[in-house]
Amino acid sequence: MDDFWAGALWALKIWLYLVIILIMIPSMFGFSLGISEIYMTILVKTLEWATLNIQKANSDEGTLKPSSSNGLIQRENGSMEKELEELRRSRPKPPVGGDFTLSDCFYFTRQGIESIVDDEVTQRFTSEELVSWNLLTRTNNDFQYISLKLTLVYGLGIIVRYCILAPLRITLTIIGVSWLVIGTSAVGLLPNWRIKFWLSELVHVMCYRICARGLSATIRYHNRENKPKKGGICVANHTSPIDIVILCTDGCYAMVGQVHGGLMGIIQRAMVRSCPHVWFERSEMKDRHLVTKRLKDHVNDKKKLPILIFPEGTCINNTSVMMFKKGSFEIGTTIYPVAIKYDPKFGDAFWNSSKHSMVSYLLRMMTSWALVCNVWYLPAMHQQEGEDAVQFANRVKSAIAHQGGLVDLQWDGGLKRAKVKETFKEQQQKKYSNMVVRDDSSSNSD
Amino acid sequence: MGSIVSRLLSRLLREEEIEDIEEIKKETGFSHRKITRLYRRFTSLDKGGNGTLSRDDFHRIPELAINPLGDIITNGFFPEGEDQVNFRGFVRTLAHFRPIDQDNEKNKNPSATEPLNSRTNKLLFAFRLYDLDRDGKISRDELLQVLRMIVGVNLICSTKTPKGGI
Repeated sequence: MDDFWAGALWALKIWLYLVIILIMIPSMFGFSLGISEIYMTILVKTLEWATLNIQKANSDEGTLKPSSSNGLIQRENGSMEKELEELRRSRPKPPVGGDFTLSDCFYFTRQGIESIVDDEVTQRFTSEELVSWNLLTRTNNDFQYISLKLTLVYGLGIIVRYCILAPLRITLTIIGVSWLVIGTSAVGLLPNWRIKFWLSELVHVMCYRICARGLSATIRYHNRENKPKKGGICVANHTSPIDIVILCTDGCYAMVGQVHGGLMGIIQRAMVRSCPHVWFERSEMKDRHLVTKRLKDHVNDKKKLPILIFPEGTCINNTSVMMFKKGSFEIGTTIYPVAIKYDPKFGDAFWNSSKHSMVSYLLRMMTSWALVCNVWYLPAMHQQEGEDAVQFANRVKSAIAHQGGLVDLQWDGGLKRAKVKETFKEQQQKKYSNMVVRDDSSSNSD
Repeated sequence: MGSIVSRLLSRLLREEEIEDIEEIKKETGFSHRKITRLYRRFTSLDKGGNGTLSRDDFHRIPELAINPLGDIITNGFFPEGEDQVNFRGFVRTLAHFRPIDQDNEKNKNPSATEPLNSRTNKLLFAFRLYDLDRDGKISRDELLQVLRMIVGVNLICSTKTPKGGI
């Protein structure tokens, strides 16, 4: 029995040394031994083979899978005026100034039914549907037995992911987070010499790199000449908390957020010892002027790191960019937009906070194939003359959406939990009334 | 590990979750694949996870919530006096919106029941949108009520017939 425990301990030591030498140290210093590249190549080839097999099987059966859920509805996206005219074509009255017609309600009914079957907003709060299965149980919606080979590969994939990759990744993450806490606290003890800032940046980047390895993250950075500089604000689209790890592997940012308790609180307090971040108490978050003032103070101090903010305010599933809250765009400093796009084939990065807790989400991440994403640094933007914060925010949002290949939506991400405002309904009602009763402007007002 | 096995099994048995899928196919005319997709949509709207949708589940769709006729459309899904709609009822209502089968219209067999997406059934559905109390007639008040919903606060409040006459 003792031999067994001694043997197990010895195996664990060997395992740890291997991990540290082969993965941790190279990643800390930013180079790679090529192991993960080999893994990725094998993985890509396997997934391509699987996709081909599934497609072949589907076409043999004669059933063609619709490429997206839009295959369910036949849409005709005309304007309100055009569609009402269509509806009234059997009657001589024109839609403008032509009074109410019974068939007018069909326009609204059709829009309503279309939104019940498939709407633009609620689909953004659940994981993206994949075009073709990527051999993960969680993304399998129409399970069909295709072939023995595929099922074997799928079974092998489960073993590899849960028994080999997951323990490895968990080990790395634990090392990374503990090193972050210890390292930043240690640096915090130093007096404020120049070397302190340099060391603090070094420690931060190293730890995030280890954590990124802990998720098997393959990140491609584009346009690095546009990287955010000190005294500016970096804005990005938000998919999950891992966005922070992705961005901080390539540079140092000051974080903004609420003070948490527990493990997060320990990390926050440690980080703030080595370089200034902006943490708010829960009560302070409600006071918009206070928030703006603190951000302004941070930004005006040119020695402090650029602030990282996610203006959407909540996690969206990486198929679209939703409304940017104007708060960060009112501060009046340079905005550095960043677009982050994950490749859904290798793993779903979206955090559905109503469905999974943070721990369960991280475990899911560690049992995916890998995390592949593209990061684009966009050129800096400033608020232009005559442009208010909302328009500026929309301009930045469109730039990010365009670069990342995401859908640019005007809807508020807060609709995940909150109800939509009545004013939008009133807008539609007003539009219809203005159109129908246009020749009677004198009695239009109530 | 146990949860993975049970998840696998439930995926295999997903077909069983949709009871009488053949019956639904016959009644509505939707293909097998469309029914599975609609079932997925149904479950994503069903936040309570109890297999039925309540009115709140519909109002959670923002694009429906800002539709002036949102409440009436939602009511169209619920049978008389009930507060919950199951998947069968959901699909049955949506079946009205399938394109008309051209050949069905031509060879009209008077004794066979019409499919849900026939012209008559579509008109019946539209009629019921206005007939709020489901008494088979559209009263002047019902018409005014629908108009009020579409036009909102922009309606001229008067006791006379609204301008232009309806």
